[in-house]
Amino acid sequence: MSAPAYPTTWRRPPQIIRDRRWRIAIQIGIVVYFVLAVGTVEVNWARVQAGLERGQLFVLGFLQPDFTSRWRDISQGLIESLTMTLTSTVVGVAISVPIGIGAARNLAPRWVYYICRSIIAVSRALQEVIIAIFFVAMFGFGPLAGFLTLSFATIGFIAKLLADDIEEIDEAQAEAVRATGASWGQLVNYAIQPQVMPRLIGLSLYRLDINFRESAVIGIVGAGGIGATLNTAIDRYEYDSAGAILLIIIAIVMVAEYSSSYLRKFLQ
Amino acid sequence: MTEITHYSQVWSYRTPRGRLLLWGGWVALVALFVWCWQLMTKDTIWFFVADAPRQAADIGGRMVPPRWSYMDELWGPLWDTINIATLGTLGGVIMAVPVAFLAARNTTPSALILQPVALFIIVASRSINSLIWALLLVAIIGPGLLAGIVAIALRSIGFIGKLLYEAIEETDAKQIEAIEATGASRAQVLSYGIVPQIMPTFWGITVFRWDINIRESTILGLVGAGGIGLKLQASLNTLAWSQVSVILLLILATVVLSEWVSARMRHAII
Repeated sequence: MSAPAYPTTWRRPPQIIRDRRWRIAIQIGIVVYFVLAVGTVEVNWARVQAGLERGQLFVLGFLQPDFTSRWRDISQGLIESLTMTLTSTVVGVAISVPIGIGAARNLAPRWVYYICRSIIAVSRALQEVIIAIFFVAMFGFGPLAGFLTLSFATIGFIAKLLADDIEEIDEAQAEAVRATGASWGQLVNYAIQPQVMPRLIGLSLYRLDINFRESAVIGIVGAGGIGATLNTAIDRYEYDSAGAILLIIIAIVMVAEYSSSYLRKFLQ
Repeated sequence: MTEITHYSQVWSYRTPRGRLLLWGGWVALVALFVWCWQLMTKDTIWFFVADAPRQAADIGGRMVPPRWSYMDELWGPLWDTINIATLGTLGGVIMAVPVAFLAARNTTPSALILQPVALFIIVASRSINSLIWALLLVAIIGPGLLAGIVAIALRSIGFIGKLLYEAIEETDAKQIEAIEATGASRAQVLSYGIVPQIMPTFWGITVFRWDINIRESTILGLVGAGGIGLKLQASLNTLAWSQVSVILLLILATVVLSEWVSARMRHAII
């Protein structure tokens, strides 16, 4: 009686897709896609080669940033960005609190719920830059258009997360408050608000951080802020000023991220 | 018999000191807001603001019958946009994986030099939006798809790198120890101990980032980096609002579709 032939080498079992036929089909599909995709990407290699020198200039500019010669423009852009960030976060959060309460199924009647959820969906579906284009066309160039854009984008973000949070509260506390004969306003104030407040503050700080990053972008389409200054600097090939602006953006984002994560830890 | 101490008859939520601090905080916030508002609107031309509703109605009126025949010109740019997102995600993943292994506490070869460098790469990539990357790259390597692909790839490093190095740090140490106990080299520990543990997270992150990249690549054309944004820019410049509405609807449909695909794929993986 001979021993059955056991496999002598171990093969790593497949992890994601277990069916062998599917694996082969997907691999073939990926290869076909790449051939098609790379085939349609037209690259002007002569232009790229010429650009590499310019890339070196940019890296040099980044290493030796020039803060002084354009400081007036940079500081103006920074002030616009920072004020835009703060005001739009405050206004956006103030508007999104009632919308968030209205979009929580356990607090609002059905028709209010649907209206608020569709406001949130519209605000989340569109990119900030596209909204900024429209607001610039309507309100003219400058930080006011940026402020409106960021406020609008904040509504979708905060209201959705707040509504989801309210739907997940501890119902026992709400029922206890309701059992004392509290009105709807008292219910929100004494049962809901204490439970969601730490998270609302955390989300607002996080959104403050996001709004600053976005304020650097929407300037490119004319909505004011540091992005407009950066766009001008790059258009004029002043890479040392552009490098300085980018370093300032990175520094502010880092400070905002660390301080907001510290504050959030402290609050929770 | 002891004296009964006097309790306040009215229950209040906070102590008087707490209330005072709270009010102080609110007043400070309002003051800061008003100050910022005044700084911000110093140069605003209020005539344009008052005119805004009329402008909005005007633009809305021009957008309303979307020029559907314009769709025929949009399929090429849409294909380009999807390629920017997909190839950009691929490039980002290729660069992000080594950075993530260098940044993770348990796999970094040198905690003194390489880990801070890797963390700085992640932060720098995350804090600069892909549109700004595209702006720089269009100036450096010229307008076109390549600038868009590289911009998306550079922006993706930070996102994928951060989530992946957190996943690496959260791997189960026991499995790694078991592999080490067999006498495996460092590379073998990585390959048999860590990689299988982070594989599902890795695919989840990649698909999620691909979805975000589809969203972002639709607007990269505004600064000249190819894709459907170029058509948007051209239509905006010629004030062809009926074409703008077609493009926006197409972008919206693409984004919704990619979100659905990525949700399905992540559901299947995790």
